[in-house]
Order: sequence, then C-alpha cells, then structure tokens
Amino acid sequence: MTDAGNTQPAPADIRPPSQLKPIVWVQRNLFNNWFNSVLTVLALGSIYFIGRAVLEWAFFTADWRPVTHNPILYLVGQYPRDQLWRVGASLLLVSFLTGMSWGKWKGIMRSFALLLGIGLAILGIIPAGGQLGSLAVRIFFLINLPAIYLGYLLGSRKFVTGGLVLAGWLLSFSLIPFLLRGTGEGTMLPTVETSMWGGLLVTLILAVGGILLSFPLGVLLALGRRSSLPVIKLFSIGFIEGIRGVPLVTILFMSSIILALFLPPELRIDRLVRALIGMTIFSAAYTAENVRGGLQAVPAGQIEAAKAVGLNNFQTTLFIVLPQALRAVIPAIVGQFISLFKDTTLVIIVAINELLNIGKSILQSDVEFLQLQFEVFIFVAAVFWVLSYLMSFASRRLETALGVGER
Amino acid sequence: MSDPIIICRDVEKWFGDFQALKGINMEVNKGEVIVIFGPSGSGKSTFIRTINRIEVHQRGQIIVDGMELTHDVRNIAAIRSEIGMVFQLFNLFPHLSVLQNITLAPIWVRKWSKDEAEEIAQQLLERVGIPEQAYKFPGQLSGGQQQRVAIARALAMQPKIMLFDEPTSALDPEMIKEVLDVMIELAQSGMTMIVVTHEMSFARAVADRMFFFDEGLVVETGTPDDIFKNPQEDRTKLFLSQILTT
Ligand SMILES: Nc1ncnc2c1ncn2[C@@H]1O[C@H](COP(=O)(O)OP(=O)(O)OP(=O)(O)O)[C@@H](O)[C@H]1O
Ligand SMILES: [Mg+2]
Repeated sequence: MTDAGNTQPAPADIRPPSQLKPIVWVQRNLFNNWFNSVLTVLALGSIYFIGRAVLEWAFFTADWRPVTHNPILYLVGQYPRDQLWRVGASLLLVSFLTGMSWGKWKGIMRSFALLLGIGLAILGIIPAGGQLGSLAVRIFFLINLPAIYLGYLLGSRKFVTGGLVLAGWLLSFSLIPFLLRGTGEGTMLPTVETSMWGGLLVTLILAVGGILLSFPLGVLLALGRRSSLPVIKLFSIGFIEGIRGVPLVTILFMSSIILALFLPPELRIDRLVRALIGMTIFSAAYTAENVRGGLQAVPAGQIEAAKAVGLNNFQTTLFIVLPQALRAVIPAIVGQFISLFKDTTLVIIVAINELLNIGKSILQSDVEFLQLQFEVFIFVAAVFWVLSYLMSFASRRLETALGVGER
Repeated sequence: MSDPIIICRDVEKWFGDFQALKGINMEVNKGEVIVIFGPSGSGKSTFIRTINRIEVHQRGQIIVDGMELTHDVRNIAAIRSEIGMVFQLFNLFPHLSVLQNITLAPIWVRKWSKDEAEEIAQQLLERVGIPEQAYKFPGQLSGGQQQRVAIARALAMQPKIMLFDEPTSALDPEMIKEVLDVMIELAQSGMTMIVVTHEMSFARAVADRMFFFDEGLVVETGTPDDIFKNPQEDRTKLFLSQILTT
C-alpha cells in the first residue's frame, strides 16, 4: 500500500549528481534557464568579492598578535608552566584511548582518531610564538601520534573487549582530575588550584564533563518522569520543569554563589566543580525532555513482546526501550550537547577562565591589543565552530551507522 | 482426558466503564489446540492477553499450570516464562538481529550461556525454515519470515503453552501458508496452543475445540466438526457464513 506513490519510473535526469559528468551537472543545475544563470553568476560574484575581502583582511589587515603572542594561554590559561606535563599526560591518555577505541570499534572512532591526530599534528608543527613554539611543547603534541597508533594496535587485538576499553575511559576520566589538580604540596603532584586552569582545557572539561554527567542523569530523569512511583515521578517533573524555567546564567550564579554561602568552608566545593554541577543539571533537564520524546516513540507492542518473553521491567527498559528511544533522538541530543558546549562560555559570569574569557583578558593585558578585539573574537569563534561542527558531523555518522530513520 | 493446564473461571475485564470480557470460562488440556474466532471487538485479543497477564483481569480466576495469576510478581514471571506469545504485528525488536531477538530472553531470563542459547536459536530457525537469516535484522525480512522468527523467539524459552493472536492477518496471502505450516507442525508436535484466527483451514486441520466469541462472551464452543457442520447459535451461523464466503 505504501508503494503506490513510487510506481512511476524516475525520470532519467534526476539521477544523483555523482553519476553525471561535472560539466553536464553544471549545465543542468546551474545554467538550465536564463534566470538560474543570472542567479548563478550573481552568487559566484558575491562569493568571490566577499571571499576576497575576508582573505585580504585575514592575511594583510588583521593583526593576529593577541593570538600568536602567547597561544598557550588559549590552551591552558595560567596552568603553571613547570607542571604542564600533567596536562600533556592527560592528553596522552585520551589519545591512547581514542586509538584503542578506533581499533576496537572502527567506523566513527576511526574518524575521531584521525581528526584528533591531524589536529595535534598541526598544533605540533605550526609556527607559533611563546611557549607553544618551544621544543618541549611540540614534543608533547607530537608524541600523541604514536600513542594513537599504539592504542589502535592494542585495540585491534582480540583479547581487548569493548568492556575493557570502556573501563579504560572511565578510569581515565576519574584519574585526570586528580592528575590535573594534584595530591597536595610535597607530593609528586603539587596542588594546582582550578583558578589557575583556563582556556580550552577548562572549556573541554566543562563540555565533556557536562555531557558525560548530564546524559545518564537526563536518561534517569526521563525514565523517572514515566515512573509509576509518585515520589519519583513528582521529583523528576519538578526537577525538569524547575530547571527548564530558569536561564542557565541564573543556575550558574546559584550553583556558584549559593552553594558557597550555605556550605561550611571545609565542605566548600571547588569553583570549577560548582560551575560543572550547574551546567550538568541544566543540560540534564533538556536531555530528559529529548529522551522522553524518544520513549514515547517506542511502540507499546515492543514492551508487550518483551514482557511476553519473560523480561522484567528493568531488563525491558535496558534492552528494548532505551536503545530504541535513544536511537530515535540522537540528533536532538547531539544538538543539546552542542548548545551545552557553546554555553560553557557563560561561566565567564562566575569568573572562570574558559576560552572566551582568556581571549578577553589577553585583550586587556596589553595596551597595544586593546584595539584588536575583532581578531580575538574571530579566533575564539573559529575554535568553537570547528569543534561544534565536528560534533554534528559525528552525530550524522552515528545516525547512519545506527540506521536512524530506517525501519 | 482431563488434565487442564489452563483454567479460566468467570474471567471479567473492564476498560474503564466498558466491559470487554463478561465472564469467560475455558479449560485447556495439555496438548490441546484451541481456536478462538469471532467478530472484531469481541474480546478475543483481550482474553488471550489476560492468560500471560499482559492485560490484568479484574474478576474471576486464571490458573496456569497450577499457578494462579495474581499480583504476585514472582508468579507472573514464572508464568510468562512458560507461555510463548506471537502477535499480529510480529513485534520483533528492530534494533536486534534475528539471533539476538531469539537469544535475549534465554540468556537473561533462563540464564543460559550465550553459546548454548545461540545453538538452540539456530536449531529453532531451522525448524521454522529460515536458518540462513540469523544475522539479518527484522527490517530486512519479509512479513512471513518475521512472523516465523517471532515464533522461534517464543519457542526459545521452551514454553509449555503458545498463544497466537491473529498471527497471519497482517500477512500477504502468499506468506500465510508458510506461517500456518509452522504452526501446524507445532500443533502436531503436541504443543498446547490457543490461537485467535480466522484461518478456517488451520482450524479444520489441527484444532481440537473452537470457541466463538461475541461481545465479551463465549457464545458457542465445540469441535471443528460441530462448529462447521452443525452450529447451534444464529450468531455463529451468521458469522461463519460471512467469513467463509469472503
Ligand atoms: N487498552 C484498551 N482500552 C480501552 N478499550 C480497549 C482496550 N483494548 C481493547 N479495548 C476494547 O475492548 C474490546 C475488545 O477488544 P479486543 O482487542 O479484545 O477485540 P478483538 O476481538 O481482538 O478484535 P479484533 O478482531 O479487531 O482484534 C474492544 O471494544 C476494544 O475497543
Ligand atoms: Mg484482536
């Protein structure tokens, strides 16, 4: 019955463009009548002039000194330079595990590993001033390439199970905060207060931490909202609706200031952690609503079939309902994560030196830089754009891999 | 003769104000094949779904293999693992391969090892005639093949009883036979079956008794011979004349 609309044979000239010769494709699609031809010429003209103006500005007019003067500030902020190896070691762990995931799961992990490798290779060889140009820092970056490859070799081995790789990730993510923060004076890892951390390091900690924590929390809240236990249901609804009704800035203020006011000094939670808590609960509420949409899309027959074969409620949720629900809402959830990533800039208001704030303080650090706001903001925006784009690229790859939209 | 494995006494069920089952009585012996038929909305699906408690009955008693269906969770789990069910729309798990569809419950409910479960799954796929489809996904199979996977999935739990709710009515005509053949083989192997269907060829071939449902009641019951050759009730005659001519 659904075939009715498809019975006519497709006309010959709407074959996918990839099957046509380029010249034919151009003729058919860009110059097929006078109106389209005019539009094509106008569009090409504007692209040319705008592109030329942008390139001219970027290469001749713009003064990139605030970016190139000391680029390492954008990466780690004020993290003590003699302790930078700890950031390097954390990065090395991530590279190694990314390589292992590539070896284990191939597919999208391969793209991730390659992109990470390319990114780090560029950072390693790019001509740069300040400490970023130093040999030691270059080695820190370049050493990740063999680490990725080593991880790949290990991950391809039979005895390395998916569970093992996941455990590796989990372990690293719990280890890295200690590595960066340190274990106290006089130990091998002297304490580096989080107020010294900054730049991309902090942006990534907030984004990755926020995503990893808010996802499970959001899923639990979505399930809680459908629970038959009134207490859990009410709590979930209250949490979700309460958080969604408040701007993120307010939540960040509250988690930063109110938590600090009410907790006794010895229980004081670190400032960065408070910001992370704020981001997490905010994102969790939105994730929960997205997941709820997915839960509603799972047909009742699926749950009946699961019960009929004898699965209990927990197994039914874990094996039947959640996989289908999450798969249906990957685009929405990734969209939510991209917002979260960009929203990390809002922690400026609680004086955390994430990437954008570093840019601002560099502008103020030197009278010569004061006029160069545009360059700095363009640079920061470009970094955000590249990373956000990678996320949406990953989402699309994931959708195809999981066959979203197919039945 | 009398060794009932399912006993239903005065089973009643409401959906809000609407009474879908108005006191159903049925005893099914081990190895018996029961066919339930009747007009749309007469409560056939609702009734067989109360037997594995996908629907909860509000009055009367249902006793399966000596266990009464109550709110006791352990009873429900035990009874569900003894009853297999096949649905009109297959309800296969679309995100799992055919093999995973079949082995999921044996692994997690029966606690079999993965190897053991897969071996049995492969045997069942052979039994239903599609051994070569183990690694496909449900969406890649025809309706008839999907329904046979669904039968294999139910059989993997080694149930004592199989329930079928219009297993062929969503299928194209040329696929009905391949599913009915599997069901007939199952009936002949001695499985206790309750089948909601309007496939009268199936009823003639293997049914021991037939139940005619209308408006939440059993209007008439008897052997296929009684029902086809000598129906007692006017409603049965009318309904049979409608489905046998179309
Ligand atoms: N979840 C429900 N909520 C409310 N009413 C329901 C529900 N399920 C079934 N009913 C009603 O109960 C009656 C019996 O439904 P049931 O599905 O058992 O009929 P059936 O005999 O299987 O019909 P069909 O041949 O169309 O499958 C119908 O009137 C139906 O509208
Ligand atoms: Mg029905």
